[in-house]
Amino acid sequence: MTTSASLDRTEAEAKAKDGAPDRPAGPPSSPVLDVHDVTVAYHRKPVLWDVDLTIDRPCLAGIVGPNGAGKSTLIKAILGLVPKASGSVRVFGKPVGAQRRLIGYVPQRESVDWDFPVTVLDVVLMGTYGRLGWFRRPGRAERSWSMECLERVGMAHLADRQIGQLSGGQQQRTFLARALAQRAEVYFMDEPMAGVDAATEAAIFALLRDLKTSGKTVFVVHHDLRTVPEYFDYTILLNMRLIAHGPTATTFSPENLRKAYGGRLAILEAAGEAVRARERSE
Amino acid sequence: MNPERNPAPRPSPGPRPGLPAWRIGLAVGAVSAPTAWALAASDEIGRWTIALGIASSVPCALLGCYLVLRRMSLLGDAISHAVLPGIAVGFLLSGALIGPAIILGAMAVGMLTALLTQLLSNLGRVPEDASMGVVFTSLFAVGVLVITNAARDVDLDPGCVLYGLIELAAIDSRPVFGLEVPRSFGAMAFALALTIGFVTLLWKELSLVSFDPALATAVGISATVVHYALMAMVAGVTVAAFEAVGSILVVAMLIVPAATAHLLTDRLPRMLLVASAVAVLSAAVGYRLAVLWNTSVAGMMAVVSGGLFASAVVGSPRHGLLGRAWHRLALSLRIAREDVLARLFRAEEESPSRPVASGSARGWASSAAGRLVGAIALRQLRARDFIRADEVDSVALTGPGRDEARELVRSHRLWESYLSTHFDLPPDHLHDPAERIEHFIGPALRAELSAELDRPDADPHGRAIPPEGTGNG
Repeated sequence: MTTSASLDRTEAEAKAKDGAPDRPAGPPSSPVLDVHDVTVAYHRKPVLWDVDLTIDRPCLAGIVGPNGAGKSTLIKAILGLVPKASGSVRVFGKPVGAQRRLIGYVPQRESVDWDFPVTVLDVVLMGTYGRLGWFRRPGRAERSWSMECLERVGMAHLADRQIGQLSGGQQQRTFLARALAQRAEVYFMDEPMAGVDAATEAAIFALLRDLKTSGKTVFVVHHDLRTVPEYFDYTILLNMRLIAHGPTATTFSPENLRKAYGGRLAILEAAGEAVRARERSE
Repeated sequence: MNPERNPAPRPSPGPRPGLPAWRIGLAVGAVSAPTAWALAASDEIGRWTIALGIASSVPCALLGCYLVLRRMSLLGDAISHAVLPGIAVGFLLSGALIGPAIILGAMAVGMLTALLTQLLSNLGRVPEDASMGVVFTSLFAVGVLVITNAARDVDLDPGCVLYGLIELAAIDSRPVFGLEVPRSFGAMAFALALTIGFVTLLWKELSLVSFDPALATAVGISATVVHYALMAMVAGVTVAAFEAVGSILVVAMLIVPAATAHLLTDRLPRMLLVASAVAVLSAAVGYRLAVLWNTSVAGMMAVVSGGLFASAVVGSPRHGLLGRAWHRLALSLRIAREDVLARLFRAEEESPSRPVASGSARGWASSAAGRLVGAIALRQLRARDFIRADEVDSVALTGPGRDEARELVRSHRLWESYLSTHFDLPPDHLHDPAERIEHFIGPALRAELSAELDRPDADPHGRAIPPEGTGNG
C-alpha cells in the first residue's frame, strides 16, 4: 500500500466519518481471521495448545473460558505481542505485521498506569498513531477525529481531564474511544466490560453492536457467561485448547460449557441459567 | 587523569595550608583538592561551572522523565554504572578520555545492560530487579578491573568517574570564537541538543511506548525499538556527563528532577519542562551553596535537587503532604459541621421547644476530630449563618441550617432503610454505617435510594424521613 493511497483513504474516511467501510487489502474471499496451529508457552509451560480458528465473515465474537484458559494470551498471540512457539496468524489473508492498520486493540484496563501525565484526549489520539507511522505528529484532523470518537462514547466533556481522575467505567470508555480512533476493521478487546457499572456496560455493548452493523469484526474476551448469548453472535470457547467455536446459538451449549469449565458447578449453574434464558427468548 | 587534559597550571592546584585533612583525603586523581581550588576561582569559572552543570543535568532530567514514567528509574542507575567497561575499553582503544570512541563504547554497553537484564529475567527464575542488579554490578566490576589493570600505566583514576571533577572541568578550556569554553561543555551542549532533538522527534513514539507498550507494538510502533533507542540515549548522555560532572550527579539527575516533576504536574510536556527547571535550579543553587560552604559542587547540586524533591513531596498541591493534610482537615471540618447540624435537627425534632446547651453542641462538634476542629467547625457554622446563639448559652438552627440538616438526616434515614431492606441487618447495626455515609450521599443518590425503596416515610426505627429540601425552612 503506497503512502499516497493511504493518505487519500484517510481523507475519504474523514469525510465519510465512520460509516464508510474501509475495505481491507487482500483477496476479497480471504477470511477475516485465520489462526493456524498456534501454540504459546511461557517459560516452557504451554498456555495455549494448537489453536486452529477461522472466522470467515464479520461477527461479534465472545472469547469465553475459565480463568487461566489463555483468552488474553490468544489475543496477544494473534497481535504478535507474545511470541508463538508455533503456528501462524493471517488477517484478511495476510500476516498480521502487514495488516496492523486494520487491527484495533483494547488492552485490559489494569495494564497501564493511570497516573500517567496525559489527558483523555491524549490517550484517544494515541489511536491515530499507528496510521501516522513513525515520526509524523498528529495534527488538527487527528484531533477532531479523536474528539468525534470521544463523543461516540459520551466522554467529550472529559477530554481535558487527566486520566487518573476518571472512574473505572470512564477509563474503559476512553480505551474504547481510542480503539475507534484506530479506524480498524478487526477489533480485539480484552475484558472491556470488567469492573464497569451497568450504564457503561450497556453503552459498550451498544457500541459493539454499532461496530458490527458497520461491517467490523470484534473479538471480546468476556467473563460473564450470563450475558454471552445476549451480546455475541459468535462464541469461541477456550480452555488452553480450543473447545468449540461457531455461532453462539449452536456453540454455547451446556455440553460445550462443561468441556470448557470442567466440573465447576457454580459456573455451570450460571451457564445453565444463561442457556435457559436464551431458550426462553427464542 | 590523563595528563594532556590538565591545563598549564595557572594558580597551583595543590592543597592549601589549613585545608582539612579529610578533604585532601577525598581528593581524587593526580589533582589534589579540586574543590578548594575551583571555589577560590573567578566569577568567570563559576559561570562556566553552572553552565556545565546545567548542560549535564538537563538532558539527564529529560530522559529521566521517561525512565520514571516507565518505572525504570533504576535501569538508568544501572546503565550509568554498567557503562564503565565501555568507557575503559573506549579509552584503551582511542587513548583519549573524551570522544566518540568512549561514547560509542558506552552506548554499546548500555544497550547490552538493558538486553542482558531482559534476557536474565526472561529465564523466569531471576526477578527483573535481581537480574538488573547482577548485570550492572558485574559490568561495573569488570570496568574497574579493566581500568586498574590494563590501564595501569595510564593516569585514569576510577575515583574521577565516581565523583566527577566539575570544578576542574570548567578550567580546562580552549578558545572557541575568541571565548574560553571548557572542553567538556562542548560535549555536553551537544548531548543536550541531541537529547532535545531525540525527545522532539520521537515525542509521539516515546509517550505511546511509555504509556502502553502493548498498543504501540500492536499498531506497528515497536516498543522494543523505542526502548533500546532510549537506553542508548541514556547510556550516551550519562557517559558524556560522567566525564564532566561524575556519576553521583548523573544518577541524581536521571531520577530526582523527573520524580519531582511527576509530583507537580499531570501533563507530559509540563513534566519535561518542570524536570528541566529543577535541573537548572539544582545546578545554579547547588554551585552557590557549594561556594558558600566550600564543599563538593557536584555533591551540592545533587543535594539541592533532593531538597527540591522533598519540598515537592511536602508542598505539591495535589499529591503533596500539605495538600493532603489540608483535604483531610477540610473533610474533618465538614463532618464536624454536619454532625452538629444533624444532631440539632434531631433535638429539635424530639422537643421543639427545649433549647440545646452550647456545651452539648461543642461536644458533638468535637466528637469526631477533637476540640480544635470542633471549635473551628462551630465558628464556621455561625459565620455561614447555619446556627445562632440563642438566649443564654444555647444554640439553635437557623432556616438555612435547618435545610442543610434536613438533607443530612434524610440521607441517614434513607440509608438505614436501604440497609435494613437489602441486607437484613438488626436495627442496632444500622446507625453507625449510616452515620459515616450520610456525609457523602448527594441529592441524586437520595432520589435513587428513595425510588428504590418506594419512597418510604419512616426509617426502620419508625422515625420520619424528612422530605427532600424545598427551601422554605
